[in-house]
Amino acid sequence: MDGALWNSLVQLSHPFTILVIILASLYGLFIGSIPGLTATMATALLVPFAFWLDPVPALASIVTMQAMAIFAGDIPAAIVRMPGTPATAAYTEDSYTLGLQGKVRLVLGVDVVSSSFGGIMGAIALILGAPLLMKFAMQFTSYEYFWLALLGLSTAAFITTVSPLKGLISVLLGLFLSTIGIEITLGFSRYTFGSQNLLGGISFIPAMIGLFGLAEVFRNVRKKELQAPLAKIEKGKMLGPALKVIWKYKINTVRGGIIGILVGALPGAGADIAAWLAYGIAKKFSKHPEKFGKGAIEPIVDAGVANNSALAGAWIPALVFGIPGDSVTAIVIGILMLKGLRPGPVIFHQYTDVLVSIYTVFILANLLMIPFGFLAIRVSSHAMRVSKNVLIPIILLMCIVGSYAINNNPFDIGVMLVMGIVGFILEENGFPVGPIVLGLILGPILEQNLMISLIKSQGGVAQFFTRPVSAVLGAGTIVVWLLPVVSFIRRKLSVKSD
Amino acid sequence: MRKKSKRFKGLLVFILTFIMIMGTVSLTFAKYPSRPITIIVPWSPGGGTDRTARALAASLQKVMGWRVGVVNRTGGGGVVGHSATATAKPNGYTLGMITIEITMMHWLKLTDLNYRDYEPIALLINNPAGIIVSTKSPWRSYKDLMNYIKAHPGKLTASGTAAGGVWDLARIGWLTGAGLDANAVRWVPSTGASAALSELIAGGVDIATCSPLEALPLIDGNKARCLAVMAEKRISVLKDVPTLKELGVDFFIGGWAGLAAPKGVPESILRVLYKAVDRAVKSKYFKDFIKKSGFWMDYKPSTQFQDFLALQDTVNGKLLRTAGLAK
Repeated sequence: MDGALWNSLVQLSHPFTILVIILASLYGLFIGSIPGLTATMATALLVPFAFWLDPVPALASIVTMQAMAIFAGDIPAAIVRMPGTPATAAYTEDSYTLGLQGKVRLVLGVDVVSSSFGGIMGAIALILGAPLLMKFAMQFTSYEYFWLALLGLSTAAFITTVSPLKGLISVLLGLFLSTIGIEITLGFSRYTFGSQNLLGGISFIPAMIGLFGLAEVFRNVRKKELQAPLAKIEKGKMLGPALKVIWKYKINTVRGGIIGILVGALPGAGADIAAWLAYGIAKKFSKHPEKFGKGAIEPIVDAGVANNSALAGAWIPALVFGIPGDSVTAIVIGILMLKGLRPGPVIFHQYTDVLVSIYTVFILANLLMIPFGFLAIRVSSHAMRVSKNVLIPIILLMCIVGSYAINNNPFDIGVMLVMGIVGFILEENGFPVGPIVLGLILGPILEQNLMISLIKSQGGVAQFFTRPVSAVLGAGTIVVWLLPVVSFIRRKLSVKSD
Repeated sequence: MRKKSKRFKGLLVFILTFIMIMGTVSLTFAKYPSRPITIIVPWSPGGGTDRTARALAASLQKVMGWRVGVVNRTGGGGVVGHSATATAKPNGYTLGMITIEITMMHWLKLTDLNYRDYEPIALLINNPAGIIVSTKSPWRSYKDLMNYIKAHPGKLTASGTAAGGVWDLARIGWLTGAGLDANAVRWVPSTGASAALSELIAGGVDIATCSPLEALPLIDGNKARCLAVMAEKRISVLKDVPTLKELGVDFFIGGWAGLAAPKGVPESILRVLYKAVDRAVKSKYFKDFIKKSGFWMDYKPSTQFQDFLALQDTVNGKLLRTAGLAK
């Protein structure tokens, strides 16, 4: 191990590798901060280059690029209310509200530090606990994923700020939208009206850009003072205040990290679901849950740590079994094969130096994130100073380009426009849009795993509770659903006894 | 001063007009290719079809001397991208990858598109299906498994894709070919091969009928066992695994992908393409790429690809009807 560590450090300190890491960092920051350009797409574009690179720089470029991209997704969320990657959607509302209050540097500073901490926690988990996490992940079949998705959806009840009823309506709207298209289990097409574009369903990223970004454009255009910039930016240091926030919420940091690691290790769930779960749990345990969704820094810590700690987790099933944890690791497997490194237990015995290099790059990339991240914030936060009549057309253009870029399909621009109008109308009437996004993400997972489970058991429901992990998850979900009912009955009883 | 600028403007208009006319003239009469070429991929970046297309593009670029770009047009279960290629201008500058789904989608009534809407250029990869079980299962050979299925029809489950997807066809073809009912092993749909393999090792399903090439890490790691491959002949990475044909079932199927042009591309352009693709496919770069990616190369040039498509269309249609999936 010592020899391998030394070898990997020698390989990594090669000037060429360092150059690759720096270029990949800039590439990741750029991709992540533009809504519609995803880490998956960026990784796919790297494949032809990776063919010529040695394994270590090739993998280093992907690890660095992905970590930077997930952080950079927070930047447009705080500045223009457009999550750059789906993993940021959970706390976009809070980031943006804080940004409008002039705290954009604080928010983004916390984003950088929490992303970096999360990434390092994930890397440590990968180094120390890969076999253990693998055992945990191997317990997950459709029954467990069903409960996980249901538990995730239940967090929608916690994340709503205004009225729970309106939040529920938003979730149901999201779930409805997720039913459009071919249903994979039985192959039926639903609500497609003969349109081949609708066969694939509502594309999630254009919908998200519309609901958050375009709706905000509409809202701003309606206001009068278009000459003014979005907000004043406070001056001062970024790192110090950010570290102070993290220290204040140290329990949140650890909790978010653990949630991210566990969710990330599951092949069927990734950074976005980790962020939502962390957000929901943070609200459940917070002393000030009423502030969530209205510019609270606390959930940004939880979810910001969780989405980055989930990244390393996704490499575990990929390295151990060749089963990708997300679309990026699917490409990583392809690159490993190109290099003659077939994923599997063998990789842990024969290629320890490559493996140790991957670990080292994970930590290195997350340390590099702090200087690079602050640089990116410094550059991008100037956008807050631009007057709105200049900024808004640029945002609109970004909305259009971003929703087109994801599938190269003009239809998606239409999806974005419609969802923008829907989002605008809903929010004007007090309906939150966050739960719609949650419904869109979790709807297919919930439905598919329910259908698959029922097909497996030929309609029996016993297996939802007889498998050990599903029993725990199921019981947990039911408790979460019953708690409000119990407290409601209690309140009624105590009123009566008064 | 003013006169001068007027004269200058006149000259500018003349030059620009000249350039424009020359541009169109050269476009019409120029030798093919005289500008960049695009390959449309109907599936998302990073998948097998996408990676093959990108490797081919890199190789083709060297042969043709013009940039060859790859564009992913995803959505609609592959319908969107396949239709984008079929409806593109037949000028040889837009090509597309077509996959086994083109011989299935029209039977499932998802679209009217079928293989006759294309000029086939070359079949590139064809990853055969396999019969894969968990090492925790009692079945050590194909015979063990068949005996169990015959004794307990409808008890076991298999997975790999959505219902009516390519690996579901593999199950139907295998079981009906062996003289059993297609539902002697029930199908559990999944979002893809990797989801099915995680179910397999977690004990959620009994059999995976996806390509053993995707399960190699599991087979190496002694978590899964491949009992048979549904290929014409044995595959080199799994030399010990018999083909279904050797076991008495004359059936083979694979997830394939090939390059095609929209119908109506002029013969002269097609000939250039056949030659260029032939050289690109036979280049060391492309061969290395495919081999190291763990894909199974199955190069069939234009006419052979055409015959292959016609055969696939009939066979897959029949299988889908047998299973009651064709509408």
